[in-house]
Amino acid sequence: MTSVATDLRPRIPVVVFPGSNDDRDAQLALEHLGAEAPLVWHTETALPADTAAVVLPGGFSYGDYLRCGAIARFSPIMRSVIRFAADGGLVLGICNGFQILTEAQLLPGTLRPNASLTFVCRDVGLEVEHTDTPFTTRCADRRTLTIPVKHGDGCWFAEPALIDELEANGQILLRYAPGENPNGAAADVAGVSNESGNVFGLMPHPEHAVDPLLGSTDGALILGSLVDAARLSTAALV
Amino acid sequence: MKATVLVRPKAGILDPQGQAVESSLQHLGFPVTEARVGRLVELEVEIDDASEARSEIERMCEQLLANPLIESYEIELHDAA
Repeated sequence: MTSVATDLRPRIPVVVFPGSNDDRDAQLALEHLGAEAPLVWHTETALPADTAAVVLPGGFSYGDYLRCGAIARFSPIMRSVIRFAADGGLVLGICNGFQILTEAQLLPGTLRPNASLTFVCRDVGLEVEHTDTPFTTRCADRRTLTIPVKHGDGCWFAEPALIDELEANGQILLRYAPGENPNGAAADVAGVSNESGNVFGLMPHPEHAVDPLLGSTDGALILGSLVDAARLSTAALV
Repeated sequence: MKATVLVRPKAGILDPQGQAVESSLQHLGFPVTEARVGRLVELEVEIDDASEARSEIERMCEQLLANPLIESYEIELHDAA
């Protein structure tokens, strides 16, 4: 039951919205880590058969009009993503994907313009707060990560009472390391999960940190954890 | 029926855009002590009844035009007459 064939390639579709621009990188990273990652256009109404997890990639869906992610959340595919999440399916949102998930109210809080009002694009130090989640198991032995951010609207915000609740529930999975907060996010939050732990969003881009050529491979710890979890859920169905 | 929706950052919510505008106006020598920046949406809806129009626009605000976590909104209706 615990041994799962590592040649099993779980299907982890990457949703493409008009204005997504990290979809190919996410696909490449997931396939490099052993998943099968078809791109799914936002007008599709159903996720591919045997979907084991879904990734909403970074970018500027709908030109970031109104608020980042506010329009993409109403894309036809999102109904299926919301249903998939409600059934316990694994959903990861990266950057704009994170913004879409907060707008869809699948994740707590909201993402606002950076406190500096400038776009930030650099490596940041991160601390993994919990490693017993489908998105962080591979971080058990390495809880300090370096992964790049690149965003103008990454300032996560929630009321203090909500932050306390998230903290108590263990939903704050990823924080900027001391002194590293690039956007003014409340409580240094870089990534949060939903209450049941199957939906996770983060501002840093793990898909840009899976090859030593690009400076860091720490992103592979997060995406690799997702691939592991997706493989387990696929194996359970076979 | 035409309507204007004003979307504002809620009181107490940090508004970096407003702060930048405020300090820029101060640099220009204006006696400004606070600036907050929101958004204005002009709508034309196919509804003649004012209260019906208002309640539909409220739904638009809740679903899409405003983020109730951080923004408040105000609706002004403009009669064609």
